[in-house]
Amino acid sequence: MAKELLKGNIAMAEAAIRAGLEGYFGYPITPQTELLEWMSERMPALGRAFLQAESEVAAINMLYGAACTGARVMTSSSSPGISLMMEGLSYIAGTEVPVVIIDVVRGGPGLGNIAPSQGDYNQIVHGGGHGDYHPIVLAPASVQEAIDLVVLAFDLAEKYRTIVFIMADGNIGQMMEPAELPPMRPIKTEYPDWAVRGAMGRERRILSSIYIDPKDEEVTNYRLMQVWNQIQANEIRYREYYLDDAEYVVIGFGTAGRIGLSAVRMARAEGIKVGLLRPITLSPFPVPQIERLIPRIKGILVVEMNAGQMLEDVLNIVKGRVPVEFYGRMGGMVPFPDEILSEIQRMVCEGIPLDGDPRQRWMKRLAPVIHWQN
Amino acid sequence: MDTTLSAQIVYQRPQSLTEATMHYCPGCTHGIAHRLIAEVMDELGIRERTIGVAPVGCSVFAYNYFDCDFVEAAHGRAPAMATGIKRLLPDRVVFTYQGDGDLASIGMGEIVHAAGRGENISVFFINNAIYGMTSGQMAPTTLPGQKTTSSPQGRDVETMGYPLRMAELLSNLDGAGYVVRRSLHDPKNIRMAKKAIRLAFETQLRGLGFSMVELLSTCSTNWGLSPLESLKWLEEHMIPYYPIGDFKVAEPLKELKV
Repeated sequence: MAKELLKGNIAMAEAAIRAGLEGYFGYPITPQTELLEWMSERMPALGRAFLQAESEVAAINMLYGAACTGARVMTSSSSPGISLMMEGLSYIAGTEVPVVIIDVVRGGPGLGNIAPSQGDYNQIVHGGGHGDYHPIVLAPASVQEAIDLVVLAFDLAEKYRTIVFIMADGNIGQMMEPAELPPMRPIKTEYPDWAVRGAMGRERRILSSIYIDPKDEEVTNYRLMQVWNQIQANEIRYREYYLDDAEYVVIGFGTAGRIGLSAVRMARAEGIKVGLLRPITLSPFPVPQIERLIPRIKGILVVEMNAGQMLEDVLNIVKGRVPVEFYGRMGGMVPFPDEILSEIQRMVCEGIPLDGDPRQRWMKRLAPVIHWQN
Repeated sequence: MDTTLSAQIVYQRPQSLTEATMHYCPGCTHGIAHRLIAEVMDELGIRERTIGVAPVGCSVFAYNYFDCDFVEAAHGRAPAMATGIKRLLPDRVVFTYQGDGDLASIGMGEIVHAAGRGENISVFFINNAIYGMTSGQMAPTTLPGQKTTSSPQGRDVETMGYPLRMAELLSNLDGAGYVVRRSLHDPKNIRMAKKAIRLAFETQLRGLGFSMVELLSTCSTNWGLSPLESLKWLEEHMIPYYPIGDFKVAEPLKELKV
């Protein structure tokens, strides 16, 4: 397949279709609506299921039902819509049926705005729905990577019978880039031995997230954790740039990671030994990779488009052994490479303290940038 | 002379019901509703291609009693879950079994839109005017003046609003193919209920859109009445507010004799 100029939302939709998507259920919300629109055209034309639900609550529960048939199914939304889906997510996790969900994150909290953000990190990576469960979360930094990760998402969801999120942001969804779509995969013809498709010539099957005896629920939780352990052991993905001789490391994912790379390249041109670690799996988080960096670096700069949600995970790994600094823009604001470059320069020239709270230091530095009057 | 007596079975457990002992309270009509649905599944020969969706409420364990594939929905979301299944497997028979809290309160959005879309699913709606599983709170179908654990002075319509007549409400939607109300309080009405359940499945099998049978039911435990008193209370208090009747019957069904 040749490269085409593709918009992120449409590229992700088409990638899902080519990965053998059989059913899509969604609700319009900016900045992901083109994805739903693309599905509304393509899915019925291919004889596959498309439905615009009456709400995200309905969409996630339609997805839940559809996933119980063992088919490849997906929904997509943006932050407030994902908030509404949390109930369904917990049920899906508890029932152990595979689904893929694309979240094109926008500015919040509340209605917020429709600009790119990474404010959903906590609600996706660390929870949302009730109970103990861990989705796989993949964070693309380009349209091409979004395509590749959507295809991977279906394979991972089925392999582990789990929820796989694509955590994109308004940039990835709205941006047009040259990218190559995968070849069309055929729809699968065999369905797993847990799928509910009618008890034709076999014992009935029940799919449920209810384990009324706490002893059974505990065993279920244990099984979920065991699967999560396997995922942590096998599925960490990340990209590293200029890390071989790096004394300083920028850590950022998705769009923030991509802008961080521009800043790192500018700093390299100035002779600063800085590299970038870009987690692709936010969950499982690249803990061993960061751990390995700690003994040989002088400092870490975490860059995000939120108030430091991934920062907490980095601090948890670093445990005070290396100074950590943070730079974030919030509420739909996107950092420029210059802003991150000056953070790198300041870190190298002035040094950063090992103690103290990087978020408090960042808030002081950010106040004049956002013209904070107080 | 042949002295062999041939035994004729006139009544037995439907194949579509499992052997499991039901957990429902004495006097509860869930068991009747389950049995009627199972009998109709047997008659239509659809057990092996039927997928049920259980609700949250007293019938949360319905999947234990039907010998067909089943899924368990979140509270009120059964119509959405059934929609997802039906859209992926249009040649299967998909039904939901929901109580009044599930369908008419928390799941109002899902049921209205499933009906509005003409979703080809069958819904069996148990209306017993109370929340059973959480032990007797006010339901959207609780009658004016009816005492419950969350309306201890009786339902005051000034502050708690009026009961919802779901069959009437949903029958106004163009997507509805068959919407009726029946009662489970005596043998005659039970036989009428079974015919309605049959017609609901026939609606789905013929692709005529959304079908729902509202079944007026009892809750002796939470009404604080004996099983017999409960049947009488249903007849005397619920039927006047929730009249038995056909609110929407698609044309092709009218000629159908069952």
